[in-house]
Amino acid sequence: MNMKTFLDEVNERIDGVPLQRCYHCRRCTAGCPVAAYMEYNPNKVIRMIQNGKRAEVLNSSTIWLCLSCETCVTRCPNEVDIARMMDALRQMAIESGVAAHEKNILKFHDAFLANIKMLGRINEPLLMVQYKLKSGDLFSDMLLGADMLAKGKLSLLSPRTKDLKSVKDIFEKNQAQGDKFL
Amino acid sequence: MKVSYYPGCSLHATGKEYDQSMRAVSSALGIELREVEDWSCCGASSAHSTNFDLSIALSARNMIIAQKDDRDVMVPCAACFNRFKTAEHHLKTDEKLKTRIEGIVGAKYEGGNAIRNPIDIIYNEIGLDTLAAKVTKQLSGLRPVAYYGCLLLRPPEVCAFDNYENPHLLGNILDALGADVHNWSYKTCCCGGSLAISKTYIVVNMVDRLMRAAREAGANCVVTACPLCMNNLDMRPSQDLKMPVFYFTELMALAMELSGAEETFKSHIFDPRPLLRELKLI
Repeated sequence: MNMKTFLDEVNERIDGVPLQRCYHCRRCTAGCPVAAYMEYNPNKVIRMIQNGKRAEVLNSSTIWLCLSCETCVTRCPNEVDIARMMDALRQMAIESGVAAHEKNILKFHDAFLANIKMLGRINEPLLMVQYKLKSGDLFSDMLLGADMLAKGKLSLLSPRTKDLKSVKDIFEKNQAQGDKFL
Repeated sequence: MKVSYYPGCSLHATGKEYDQSMRAVSSALGIELREVEDWSCCGASSAHSTNFDLSIALSARNMIIAQKDDRDVMVPCAACFNRFKTAEHHLKTDEKLKTRIEGIVGAKYEGGNAIRNPIDIIYNEIGLDTLAAKVTKQLSGLRPVAYYGCLLLRPPEVCAFDNYENPHLLGNILDALGADVHNWSYKTCCCGGSLAISKTYIVVNMVDRLMRAAREAGANCVVTACPLCMNNLDMRPSQDLKMPVFYFTELMALAMELSGAEETFKSHIFDPRPLLRELKLI
């Protein structure tokens, strides 16, 4: 029987200062550039994890909106790695099959990684096509894209990694070790 | 100085102005670049946002290839730099992870090559005196604010770069070019990079705030060292807030009057040439 709490699980993945060190000074939230758009502020997420609110946290928009700018962890007086916590929560949401609250953000990541797997490197026009097909957001940035193309900013045929197998192997071996994403 | 060079995906695509000016500037300063052989993407935000081991392994593949040469690895893209430094940090402090990653990549990580950003190399290895001596066109009239963003600086114990709340290296480089660098309070604020495509409205608000702050500080341009910041600041601000945005290497090439220095300005979405003509710099 698994006796691990949600807090234990998150702490294990962060593999650093335990979240219990947080004394809720809210410095993370004060410096967070996207706190205003989040369902729960960063420090509130820590409190919810302490209270075992697994479903609410993994279903929240907050974990997807985090930009990984690392301002929170840089300023935290207790060195709690909140950015790594957000990464861990996203990974846990994916692994437990919780539908991402911010679907398009996950679809972007999905398209990005598919692009690496296919070419070894990002081909930006192809990435945009892959993202648009996944998200259904077909028409945003069309004018900008045309402007970029006109200015030679988009390389339709960018060089790829020759030893593509070595890149694909990374995805496959990682998957064999428990990656449920791709 | 001889370095391995990891351009990363952006510098071969939307950030090609950074690559072109970086190569020109390096050659002028005597930094010999050898591109990391058959490199692949560092994984960027999408890998670490979804799978920790994958994010370390994708960067590690390139760091392991770079081990063939006994050279520091120069990484101009702030995002790739951050991913490499993060991978280095974890590989050097977590033995179990290192074993796991070596299994995934299929090679040993030795960790002997320093991961460095060109700002660090230019400031600490070349030196501002050497740079200033090569400046043949003082950038008089140019009033840049130096914009560092997140990925060069945070987390500080991983990036080990500049002062993380009030950095100065980039500003000092611009000083050496004869520009009138303006101080501002938004040097290290995030531009929203990783949400540019999937949550554009949030990012527009974020870059508008930055551009407004740059204007209030009296700047007539913004200078960056990150292709993601460049894309966001060049393309995303509201029309009335736009102003020229440069890679610091473009301004170095201009001040040293290197051949092709003006070429890279053509592909900016917000054309910086009217400002440069007005200041008689081109």
